[in-house]
Amino acid sequence: MRFSGLRVLKEGLTGNRGWTPHWRDPDPNSDYDVVIIGGGGHGLSTAYYLARDHGITNVAVLEKGYLGGGNVGRNTTIVRANYFLPGNSEFYSHSLKLWEGLEEDLNYNVMHSQRGLINLFHSDGQRDAFARRGNAMLAQGDDAVLLGRDELRPMLPYLNFDDLRFPIYGGLYHPRGGTARHDAVAWGYARGADRRGVDLIQNCEVTGIDIEGGAVKGVQTTRGAIRAKKVAMVVAGRSSQVAALAGMRLPIESHVLQAYVTEGLKPCIDHVVSFGMGHFYISQSDKGGLVFGGDLDFYASYAARGNLPGVEQVMEAGMALMPMIGKARVLRSWGGIMDMSPDGSPIIDKTHVDGLFVNCGWNYGGFKAVPGSGNVLAHLIATGTHHQNATGFRLDRFRTGRGIIDEEGKGSQHNLH
Amino acid sequence: MRIPCPLCGTRDRREFWYRGAAVDLERPAPDAGVEAWDDFVYLRENPAGPTRELWYHEGGCGAWLVVERDTVTHEIGRVALASEERS
Ligand SMILES: Cc1cc2nc3c(=O)[nH]c(=O)nc-3n(C[C@H](O)[C@H](O)[C@H](O)COP(=O)(O)OP(=O)(O)OC[C@H]3O[C@@H](n4cnc5c(N)ncnc54)[C@H](O)[C@@H]3O)c2cc1C
Ligand SMILES: [Zn+2]
Repeated sequence: MRFSGLRVLKEGLTGNRGWTPHWRDPDPNSDYDVVIIGGGGHGLSTAYYLARDHGITNVAVLEKGYLGGGNVGRNTTIVRANYFLPGNSEFYSHSLKLWEGLEEDLNYNVMHSQRGLINLFHSDGQRDAFARRGNAMLAQGDDAVLLGRDELRPMLPYLNFDDLRFPIYGGLYHPRGGTARHDAVAWGYARGADRRGVDLIQNCEVTGIDIEGGAVKGVQTTRGAIRAKKVAMVVAGRSSQVAALAGMRLPIESHVLQAYVTEGLKPCIDHVVSFGMGHFYISQSDKGGLVFGGDLDFYASYAARGNLPGVEQVMEAGMALMPMIGKARVLRSWGGIMDMSPDGSPIIDKTHVDGLFVNCGWNYGGFKAVPGSGNVLAHLIATGTHHQNATGFRLDRFRTGRGIIDEEGKGSQHNLH
Repeated sequence: MRIPCPLCGTRDRREFWYRGAAVDLERPAPDAGVEAWDDFVYLRENPAGPTRELWYHEGGCGAWLVVERDTVTHEIGRVALASEERS
C-alpha cells in the first residue's frame, strides 16, 4: 500500500474501506541474523537501515509491549542540530539531514515541521556563549542566526522581554529546527522495516541473553528462545536491566522527565522556544495544544510520572517567560524514563561480548536522534566499524577519561545533567 | 514525595538535594585501580525497585542521609544518618 494524495482522496470518497494494516504481526522464527531488543524509535530505525542500506533483512525487532509505546511516544518532539562539541555536532547534523528526506524515503507523513527553534539568552555572557555555539553550527554546515532583541520582538511578541530578573537580550535562531509527529515516526519506520522483510514482534519481552565462549548466541524471551548471530540492545529507559542480562553494568542512571500539554488553542506560538534561565521550552502542536517541559525531577525513577515540585518549577518558568500561558488550561501531563549518562551524551558501541551491541544514554534528546542513531548503529552492526559521524559515542570513555562529550560543561558525573 | 529526616522529621522533597546511589559510603582506596574507580564513579546498578541513596538535607539540618526508596513506586523506607551508616 503506497500513500499518496490521490489515494487519500479516493479512500475519503469510498468510506476509507481500502486501508490495510501497516505491518504484519508475525510469530517469531527460531533464528535471525540480527535481533534488535526494543521497538522504540531507535530500534525500529536500526532495523529499517539494516534492510535499506545493508541488505540485511533476516532481522527481528523484539518489543515487550507495543511498537512506539515507550519514550518515542512520550517526548515533546523537538528536532534540532544545534550542538557544539565534536562528537555530537557531526552526529546530530547527520541525523537532521536524514529527517529532511524522511517522509519521501518512508512514504509516510511524519509531519516534520521545520518551524525554527530559538534559544533565548538573558545576559552578555550568555550571548557570547550562544554566538560561539552558532559559529560551531555554521562550521558544521548547519544554520544559525544570532538575533538581537529588536529582531526577536516581531517574531515572538508574546514574550516578557523586560522581566526584571531575566530580561531577554536576544536568541540563537536555528531555522531548520522544529518538531515532528512522534508516533508517526515510529509507525513510519515500522512499516518501512516490515515492507523490507523485518519481523516486528510485539508482546515479546527479552528475559535472557545467551552468551557462549564470549560470543552472543541469541536471546530468551517470553515467546521462547530465539537464536541470533548479532543482538543489539536498544531499550531506552530499561538499558541497565537489559544490559544486566549480559552481565554488564552501564554508566547510566534512570530519571523521570515530565511534559505537559494544554487544551487546543488557535495558533499563537509559531516556533520552538527555549528559556535561557531556568529550564523551560515550548512549541504548539498541530492540534493547537501548547506542548512544554523543563528539567528532570532529579532523582532516580522508573515511575512514568513525576512529583509536584517538578510541575511547579516548570509552570513558574513558563509564567516568567510568557505570562499569556497562564490563561491556558493544562490538559494532561506525563513522565518518561530517561537514560542519563554521566556526560549527558549517548552511547552507541560494541560490548565485551562478540556480536552484542549497545545503544543507550539518550538523556533528554533521543527523539531527534532517531534517524541518525538507527543509521549509524545499522552501520556498526553490518560492517563492524563505527560510522564516520558517530565515532565518539564510546562505552569506555568514562573508564579511560578519553573523549568525554560534556556538551553543557557541567562535569562528567551522575546527576549533573 | 516526603522524606522523614531522623533529625528534623518528615519534610517536603524540595528541602533535599539528591546525590545518587549510596556508593560514596564505600569509597575505594586511592590506589585501588582503574576498574574499581570506574565502578565507583560511573557504573551503576540502577535498579527498578528498592534502592539505597544519598540525600542531603540542605534546606534543613544539613545532614547527609541514607534513604531507602523504591524507584518504581517512589515509596520511601528506612532513612538513617549517613555518618552512622558508614562501615
Ligand atoms: C517527557 C519527555 C520529553 C522528551 N522530549 C524530547 C524532545 O523534545 N526531543 C528529543 O529529541 N528527545 C526528547 N525526549 C527523549 C526521547 O523521547 C528518547 O530519548 C527516545 O525516545 C529514546 O529512544 P527510543 O525511541 O528508542 O525509546 P523507547 O520508545 O522507550 O523504546 C525502547 C523500547 O524498548 C522496549 N523494551 C524495554 N525492555 C525490553 C525488553 N526486556 N524486551 C523487549 N523490549 C524491551 C520498551 O518497551 C520500549 O518500547 C523526551 C523524553 C521524554 C520522556
Ligand atoms: Zn534534617
